[in-house]
Amino acid sequence: MTTFVLLTITGLGLGAMYFLVASGLSLIYGLMGVLNFAHGAFITFGAYAGWWISTKVGGSVEGQLLVGAAFAMLVGAVLAAVVELVFIRPLYRRPVEQVLVTVGLALALGALVYGIWGADAKFYPVPDWMLDTTTILGANIPNDRFVEIAVAAVVLVGLISLLRFTRIGLVIRAGVENRAMVTALGIDVRKTFTFVFALGGAVAALAGVLSGVYFGTVDPTRGTTLLIFAFIVVVIGGFGSIGGSAVAAVAVGLVQQYANYYAADWLDWSGAGDVAVMLLLASVLLLRPEGLAPKVAH
Amino acid sequence: MTDAPALAVSDLHVHLGESHVLQGITFAVSRGRVTALLGRNGVGKTTTLRALLGLVPRSRGHVSLGEEDVTKLRTHEIVRRGIGYVPEDRDVFAGLTVEENLRLAERGGAGRYELVYELFPELRERGGQKAGTLSGGQQQMVAIGRALLNENALLLVDEPTKGLAPFLVSEVAAALERAAGLATILLVEQNLGVVQRVAEDVVVLDGGRVVHEGGAKELFAQPERVRQLLGVHGGAA
Repeated sequence: MTTFVLLTITGLGLGAMYFLVASGLSLIYGLMGVLNFAHGAFITFGAYAGWWISTKVGGSVEGQLLVGAAFAMLVGAVLAAVVELVFIRPLYRRPVEQVLVTVGLALALGALVYGIWGADAKFYPVPDWMLDTTTILGANIPNDRFVEIAVAAVVLVGLISLLRFTRIGLVIRAGVENRAMVTALGIDVRKTFTFVFALGGAVAALAGVLSGVYFGTVDPTRGTTLLIFAFIVVVIGGFGSIGGSAVAAVAVGLVQQYANYYAADWLDWSGAGDVAVMLLLASVLLLRPEGLAPKVAH
Repeated sequence: MTDAPALAVSDLHVHLGESHVLQGITFAVSRGRVTALLGRNGVGKTTTLRALLGLVPRSRGHVSLGEEDVTKLRTHEIVRRGIGYVPEDRDVFAGLTVEENLRLAERGGAGRYELVYELFPELRERGGQKAGTLSGGQQQMVAIGRALLNENALLLVDEPTKGLAPFLVSEVAAALERAAGLATILLVEQNLGVVQRVAEDVVVLDGGRVVHEGGAKELFAQPERVRQLLGVHGGAA
């Protein structure tokens, strides 16, 4: 039971990061039809920006981490907005070229990270209390897992509130369904595209910071690793659906954790988590190819 | 008040893939009147409306609203000049409520909700219902309501009675008559009864070209000419 509780909360913490990455990715694809392979770079740059600024400011570790998160989100938003304005916008009617550009950007930005910060992992500023554990049903849970889950929950509520209660949220929800009709109502949907890209970049960067807390370090491959699972979450959750992404992220995080532990324990098979996630993806694609919540932003 | 027509289209060409759908159409829509754009299936009526808004790329030609050439403007900029668009397949946002569909269309914070609810009282009652769960007729009310919500000078209305039950056709025709008192209308409509009821002018397309332009009464007074141009006889709404 203790192991199960530990695995569950750790899986939720992992799912929280997947959700943060997937939510932006999902909105970007749902609204604009852009399959953004450069999204991983927003995670990596966010993680490094958060780490870099935390080494420059004084004060408590908690303060450094908060400043790091805020700065990372700013960097992620600006980077994503620039990518949309400069590289994606000229290619809205050319989806193949768009995918190639985002792949090229992912490679170029990845190389830039290596160039600036090197290949060695950097230790993240993590407050001691986050490294401590809290006992729940006999399981000693690292406190950072609760932080990751709480941050993802706040972002989930924030995004849903944005979509439901604001004018731009209304435009996003409508645009996910039929963006041509949105423009035919006199709405400049391009501004919304830039906003959603920036929002996705900010949230991805926040995921980068949280991944630094979760793993204790950051390295240049961080974004790519998280992006693969985020894409899976988006496909399972349904493109354009924040709620679907949240459910799918939790499912992927839990399945990965359970499979990793129990397959190793019972079958002496390590690395089963990734295989289990692929099986989950295949099952959803076979049984419900449109995802859990198809093409409706909510 | 300018003497220029509400809408003027000059030598408009549109290619969709390999198909040369519009082959240099030229026509004008007089201010304050209802002009029906007619023609057999597939002659390019819907493409014409979409091209006017820039929803499909134009290969050549000019579009003017009043005295302003809007050819180079983007879709949302053209619409903001005062156009309401009712698309062929309604294109309501299924995941949004009726009220949200209307609110999305509102420009400048002065939506004429009372007018819309007066024309279609059902929309007030169903304000909180998802548009995707409405019947076809109710969705058409939402689509027309969106176009009437703002003080648009020109309405582009594409087959508003398509697929509707006869009693709803009459209701939509009545709404169009009311709208005609508020704006200039360019109407694409297959139901010639509705056309005879609301249209004052007609433009007939065939093979991607304008083959007839004139008064509606004059055309429908010549059944043989109607049959020749449209392949059908006129009927009552």
